[in-house]
Amino acid sequence: MGRNGFLRKDRLEAYLNNLSKKGGLYVPKEEKGAIVFRKYSGVSELSLKKPATTPAKSIIYLQSETFFRFMFEKEGNGLDKVNVRIQENMDQEIRIIFGARPCDAKGFSVIDRVFIDTDTQDVYYKKRRENSYIATKSCDSPSSGCFCISVGGGPFDEEGSDAQFTEINGGYLIEAITEKGNIFLESELLEPGETYLEEKRKRKEEVERLVKEYCERVGKIEPLSPKLRLFSDEDFWKKHLSKCLSCGVCTYLCPTCYCFNITDEKTFYEGERIRSWDSCMFFHFTLEASGHNPRPDKFKRFRNRVGHKFMFYPERYSGQIACCGCGRCVRFCPVSVDIREIVLELMKSEEGGRE
Amino acid sequence: MGLKNPYLPDIVTITKVIQETPNIKSFQVVFDDPEKMKSFTFQPGQVGQLSVFGVGESTFVINSPPTRKEYLQFSVMKVGEVTSAIHELHEGDKMGLRAPLGNWFPYENMKGKNILFIGGGIGLAPLRTLILFMLDNRKDYGKITILYGARTPVDLCYKEDLKEWESREDLELILTVDNEYPGWTKKVGLVPNVLLEMAPKPDNTVAITCGPPIMIKYTLIALDKLGFKDEDVITTLERRMKCGIGLCGRCNIGSKYVCKDGPVFSLAQLKSLPQEE
Repeated sequence: MGRNGFLRKDRLEAYLNNLSKKGGLYVPKEEKGAIVFRKYSGVSELSLKKPATTPAKSIIYLQSETFFRFMFEKEGNGLDKVNVRIQENMDQEIRIIFGARPCDAKGFSVIDRVFIDTDTQDVYYKKRRENSYIATKSCDSPSSGCFCISVGGGPFDEEGSDAQFTEINGGYLIEAITEKGNIFLESELLEPGETYLEEKRKRKEEVERLVKEYCERVGKIEPLSPKLRLFSDEDFWKKHLSKCLSCGVCTYLCPTCYCFNITDEKTFYEGERIRSWDSCMFFHFTLEASGHNPRPDKFKRFRNRVGHKFMFYPERYSGQIACCGCGRCVRFCPVSVDIREIVLELMKSEEGGRE
Repeated sequence: MGLKNPYLPDIVTITKVIQETPNIKSFQVVFDDPEKMKSFTFQPGQVGQLSVFGVGESTFVINSPPTRKEYLQFSVMKVGEVTSAIHELHEGDKMGLRAPLGNWFPYENMKGKNILFIGGGIGLAPLRTLILFMLDNRKDYGKITILYGARTPVDLCYKEDLKEWESREDLELILTVDNEYPGWTKKVGLVPNVLLEMAPKPDNTVAITCGPPIMIKYTLIALDKLGFKDEDVITTLERRMKCGIGLCGRCNIGSKYVCKDGPVFSLAQLKSLPQEE
């Protein structure tokens, strides 16, 4: 199936150097003890061993971006007539992501449904998505907190990836998944990959067994029913969330979280309208000018987060869960809030809890 | 062909500013692009995002009806940053506008029925667009009753409209204020109480209500007492909004986004959503 090629490890540097000529190449790099996606600047900084601390989301869905600029201009000789001119700011960069994990790529499909599969498309995200090429590394190193298989993903999941590479026999077997994935195979440094397919199949089986065992401790996570009684039980949420700090790290590190804010900045004559990531964990997220706030308590905000991912999103998108099981919110929560624990408890209650 | 960018506002010019109450102004605007002005269509109840460039955007209902299209009217209560900035603007000033957004009143299903409007304060704004629309298509609807209240007579919006509606034979207008007020000869009392006193019959009648949350809360209770079915009670909701197109994530109630799936909901629809508050 599909095209493939084998890259020897000693050729990785030359391969990535070539790839970086086709567009902005983004790879996981170690930086101050964390692994983050940065522009490629040499193979020595590449960090493919462990899943990245932050998802690749920020390469395509920028943490902050300018929608448009506006200029105030005097009209004719009138002293008080001021016109406004708007200039759209569309990013044209080609982006190549090399070495994200399958869970990160799956995260993009979650956002795609919201931002692209709609009659009011987010043109900025869409453009960047169209101009992006993603090669994921099949995952052989689940970290604590990982639960991809529990939410229907897996270490070799292809959803959202244009190509995938697997580390075997002192190199990487690269396989195209989509048409766009061919960009990763257009290289004279690659050897034919056919002879490595059997080896990859074995590796896949082995790793999937390992990760499956890992995820079995969690079990299968299914969409939650809107009729779930425990969902409206405030004591249940207070019990789990009394320790929550509303710091928002779970949302910022989540490959599927996409909530944003829109703000203006200006000097005297001109300015910009800017979109930035926001977080539903913050009090101000839903605070209205009147002072009214529909989600003033942290447990209500977290309930909405769980609801969005496991109940509301599945309701809108034919049963798909808005979670890719990357485990970052579990790993990096400073007070050990575990979304898996909460969802499982909700699921368990459902067996006898439907109205 | 470029895709339509839903975040890009059109430029509009303010043609008239009306001081409705001490803290509410209405702004009539026209698109700077005459083609856009000609081709622009919307439905009663739909909203728009007004921008003051450099300050930000906020959501307001288009309260002029689609049947009168010389201008679009928005009413703005001075509450936060954007609304304060809008209040600083005068005739001839520019704003940005993204419209129409959201859903609208299901007026097709109301044909042949009696309509009971219940408004409080600036909550008359979304009702105004539908009232004017219905008056422009008067024969399609049965008896039209409007119950409108505010804190004091000074806080009643659309005084010109109220004057006209009072003089019309084909609708009934009941005005009330919260407390006695010098010179006020009409009803005194909170909207839900006046409603109970009026005791309108629920038969073949649709009730449409908008106002401050506390008024809506007790109005819904009153309507229930009067025997109105949840399907026949319609309200419009407010939430903090940013994108206006169901993407930015903050105005949801369960799986519904107030900006896109709303702001108009029947009570039956609202009851099927998770109860947050």
